[in-house]
Amino acid sequence: MSDAEQPMDDHVPGEEEGFEPIEVFPEAEEMDLRPGADNCYKCSTCDTNCPVAEVDDEFPGPKFQGPEQWRLKRQEDHDIDDSVMKCSNCMRCDSACPSEVPLSQMHNTARAEYVEENMSKLSREYWRNRMLSNYRKLAPIAATFPRTANFVMGLSVTQWMGEKVMGIAGDREFPEFATQTFRGWWAERGGNDTSRERARAARAERGEDLENPHKRIAYFHGCYSNYNTPEVAKALVRVYEQLGYEVMVPEQACSGTPMFANGMLEDARRAAETNVRELADAIEDGADIVASCSSCSMSIRQEYPELFDFEGTEDVAANTWDAVEYLRVHEDLTGELEGTAVDAEFAYHAPCHARNQGLDGQTVEVLSAIDGIDVEDVGDSCSGISGTYGWKEENYETSMKIGEEMFEHMEDAEATTGLTECPTCSMQMGHGTGYEITHTLEVLEAALVD
Amino acid sequence: MAIADDVLVIGGGIAGATAALAAAEEGVDVRLVTHKQSTLRNASGLIDVLGYTHEGEGPIVDPFERLEELPKGHPYERVGTEAVRDALSFFDEVAGDAYAGDHTDSNALVPTHGGTVKPTARYPISTAAGLASVAEDTLLVGFETLTDFEAPLAAAHLEAAGAPFSARGVTLRFPGIVRDDAKLTRYAHLLDHEEPVSTGSGERSARQALAATVRPHLEGESRVGFPALLGDEHAAEVRADLAESLGVDVFEVPMGPPSLPGMRLEDLLYGALEDAGVRVTSGVPVVDYETDDGAIDHVLVDRHGQEIPHEASQYVLATGGLVGKGVRSERERVFEPIFDCYVPHADDRYDWFVDDVFGEQPYARFGVVPDRELRPLDVDEEPEFSNLRAAGAVLGGYDYAAEKSGAGVSLATGYVAGGRAGTEASR
Repeated sequence: MSDAEQPMDDHVPGEEEGFEPIEVFPEAEEMDLRPGADNCYKCSTCDTNCPVAEVDDEFPGPKFQGPEQWRLKRQEDHDIDDSVMKCSNCMRCDSACPSEVPLSQMHNTARAEYVEENMSKLSREYWRNRMLSNYRKLAPIAATFPRTANFVMGLSVTQWMGEKVMGIAGDREFPEFATQTFRGWWAERGGNDTSRERARAARAERGEDLENPHKRIAYFHGCYSNYNTPEVAKALVRVYEQLGYEVMVPEQACSGTPMFANGMLEDARRAAETNVRELADAIEDGADIVASCSSCSMSIRQEYPELFDFEGTEDVAANTWDAVEYLRVHEDLTGELEGTAVDAEFAYHAPCHARNQGLDGQTVEVLSAIDGIDVEDVGDSCSGISGTYGWKEENYETSMKIGEEMFEHMEDAEATTGLTECPTCSMQMGHGTGYEITHTLEVLEAALVD
Repeated sequence: MAIADDVLVIGGGIAGATAALAAAEEGVDVRLVTHKQSTLRNASGLIDVLGYTHEGEGPIVDPFERLEELPKGHPYERVGTEAVRDALSFFDEVAGDAYAGDHTDSNALVPTHGGTVKPTARYPISTAAGLASVAEDTLLVGFETLTDFEAPLAAAHLEAAGAPFSARGVTLRFPGIVRDDAKLTRYAHLLDHEEPVSTGSGERSARQALAATVRPHLEGESRVGFPALLGDEHAAEVRADLAESLGVDVFEVPMGPPSLPGMRLEDLLYGALEDAGVRVTSGVPVVDYETDDGAIDHVLVDRHGQEIPHEASQYVLATGGLVGKGVRSERERVFEPIFDCYVPHADDRYDWFVDDVFGEQPYARFGVVPDRELRPLDVDEEPEFSNLRAAGAVLGGYDYAAEKSGAGVSLATGYVAGGRAGTEASR
């Protein structure tokens, strides 16, 4: 260590009044992706895992989008190649890489740069992508008049207009808005106070201490289970309360996943700032964070620390869990499920973003403790929708081609009901097979909650 | 609550998968945790046992005759020749019709993409028609968009190596491939799914179009070799269709990374794991452990920030070597990153290598030192932990690249370590 690096005393620069820090290394403000690019030894394992490159002739694959493009940009004044918008952000390349290259982080930053510098802010594509990624902003309006919204969205003229004017795939059915949002239900039910009472009652029944500050979680429900599938969110609340947990529902914005995928990094930053602040407060109140959507948990755990550095980002990431994973580690979930019965068969698809968190085997393992249930994993292929990706008219065909393998395996399976933890995988599964799709938490609710 | 099983295998390559399968045979609960996808995607898919001796003599005809002369500390010496045979039989059962070579102890000679010939004990059925020991004239077909395989060069190399047949290579356009850098999976997908592709004579199915492209170049050869991209899920069908339309035998030439035969081997092993009821957790690393009275009590798996305890009574370490990152190095030391098992190496890092690239490289032999039960030993030659065994490239004492023994050592040590772990756990 040189003398210059040696701290001489405990003095912290900037403490004295009037001190203005000088930026010595302006480039240090940007993310340093160099070590990541240098780690790439071009084995191309990521390319063989990319579901898009396998079916789309216009996509050069993750190795190009990440380390190669990064290196190209060091040399000359290269623009980001527009093919980066063909990446579906499934993030499979991350767990494929044997050499610790942060591929999805490189893709996210390249995409943001492309949108910022090369995409016209007046283009249809920009506004369509902005609308898709800011679904959270539009949903409240639809949720206020859900029946009207569902009626209008279901009209073929709306779908035709969507494709012709906005570039939204006309073959897709818009998800229905629930007649009451989860947050509406939660407030009507009495919010956090009611949950505390119910948790205490459950603890009494379970013979546990009535006061237990450790059994408190803050629920990150995300957009979809609030506006479209509140039954998933309600299932989470009921399962946790049944096991003696007090549930809090903090204020929250979109997790940011659709924004990363569309290169809307500034929108994502705003959403993340709100979430980190609110969730950090919840942690301060003694809660751990759980999420029911695998992309929401992925976003908070991996993408936030990779892309942002608000105060508390790391802390929030380190205290966020997948909802089933949390129960598995903090309770004897297998013990709880022994002796319960659910008479049903499911074709299970593990979402890519669950796979990336090491959770792909979890659902089959956990549910196997329930009597009468049969859960068949339909394999490790990608569903192909990847959030907003498959909603775009120009990606629809690719999206369905990627999904083909999953559709085939679902049809080969005995079950005629699908099971997954990701809202858009669920849309794709339903779209490709016509099956009803349910969420693991709903199955746990059926098994555990009286 | 820790996630609990009887045997926990860390690492998802040939060694880890074999260990998990062997442990499951003992009727215990087994989990396999793998940080990344296994490096099998970089593997040729060939199952070699020993192609050259540790002194560089070879190619060896019968590897089993030569195992006895390997030095003390070599993984084969640790487990013994019988265990190597048992492990191969175990593999044959798992692989079924997907692999050939179990009819003899002798090595087969499989032509590779460089036109060299690799001595190997077992080989994917897709390569079977191409063996260099069979005296049949051969056409090798390469593609303009696939720079990894230069067919005329490989053919010339085969002839120069003294192959008992004449070999010729041609380079063609792959019908339906439009990008210069199309991924291997794109070629395989076109053939697997019989996608319609446009050709000079209108639209045809991908297999027909490929056969039509090759047909005019046949000059009486009785077999045609393609780079290994002939389908993934439906590879056997693709080969059969091409052979039928061309009227000759069709085989694949194993390629460098990324490798479809390696990916197919991965699918085969993971299919067997699923059938055996082994639970697989992938995409997340084991980062730490706790001990209890000289034994590992549990390990911690980092799931994106959460350290999730996983507990078992027996553990197998199969995390790979320097490439797989089961052995790592810094400027001052070489180490095993999870349990910090003892890895012998010179203090001076300039003694870790020799200048002759193909010489006897010390770094190639870096790894943990096992006893005959494959428990890693500490510097005093005592087991590091009573319930930890090691398998595959994390073991030191051999140079798999020079010996052509990588897959065989992984199989044999995985089989022994997993079997012992399973037996201990069932007590």
